[in-house]
Amino acid sequence: MRRGPGWWAAMGHRLSGLALAAFLPLHFLMLGQALGGAEALESSLKIAALPLVKLAEFGLVVALAVHLAFGLRVLAIEFLPWPAKDGLRLRLVYLGLAATALVGIAFAVSVA
Amino acid sequence: MAEGTLEVRIWRGGDEGSFGAYAVPARENQTVLDVVTEVQRRFEPSLAYRFSCRVGVCGSCAMTINGTPRWTCRTHVKRVAPEGRLTIEPLRNMKRVKDLACDMDGFLDKWASVGTFEGTATRADPPAALDPANPARQEVDAAIQCINCAVCYAACDVVAWDPHYLGPAALNRAWTLYNDARVADRGAVLESALQPGGCHTCHSHGACTEHCPVGLSPTASIAGLKRASLLSMLKGGRA
Repeated sequence: MRRGPGWWAAMGHRLSGLALAAFLPLHFLMLGQALGGAEALESSLKIAALPLVKLAEFGLVVALAVHLAFGLRVLAIEFLPWPAKDGLRLRLVYLGLAATALVGIAFAVSVA
Repeated sequence: MAEGTLEVRIWRGGDEGSFGAYAVPARENQTVLDVVTEVQRRFEPSLAYRFSCRVGVCGSCAMTINGTPRWTCRTHVKRVAPEGRLTIEPLRNMKRVKDLACDMDGFLDKWASVGTFEGTATRADPPAALDPANPARQEVDAAIQCINCAVCYAACDVVAWDPHYLGPAALNRAWTLYNDARVADRGAVLESALQPGGCHTCHSHGACTEHCPVGLSPTASIAGLKRASLLSMLKGGRA
């Protein structure tokens, strides 16, 4: 079956949520290193400076933006009134994609 | 495209089966239902399929055409198969009975499970005065045109994932009953829509709205039910 934009938005929301759930334990693990002293945290931060890790960070920031944008889409669909003749509210999907792209570009520029 | 031949593949069998291949003459103003009928009349007298009105009123001829659920009577071949290749299957999410006919019991049972119209008026009462400008009535008017063709049900991925999900048509029906001022127990209708597999199972993909041949928005109806359930919970009822 051909999938519509709403399906892709829902998939983006789900998969980015899973990616964030997988990332958060690692994030807390790294922050927890500070409890063991500055040296332990410093060694972790060195890993964070590696290019591949930076790329992964970029992916995570984009995943967070996707999750936020398409989560807000669901809230808008379910709680805001439906204007007539705006059947699918697809503009919300495209708005979410545009916001995600902006966040991704902003992160890439700030890191570069 | 009127000249030439269409390459048509049609599902033969029940849940187990295979595609039959047919060469059908291409014609001007040819609908997919015309193609299926021509195959049955000329090549496969045993081909099973449903239709009745042929003009988009009855909703009985819906099938899956090149992967998309549609009414076959209102689908012109040149619109969906410019290359002249058609694959026709029964609707998704229902048991296949034979060839293009599927068992609609599950779909209709779910539709009935959200409740029937039960008013308080007797035949001695004057007809109810319904104000067309009333916002609740406008919600009903927007959703009441559903003719149970099951295209939305076949298009819904959530129905495919969760066979207990009531589906867009049943929940759209619940929304019309919930907003109908003449219905005696609207709370009971909302309860029905909140049963396991009810409105909160919807993932808001919008496939129902995208495919509805009548142009209805079951997604909006389901969103309305979700809002109503939240309000009901805030007022101390069920969510």
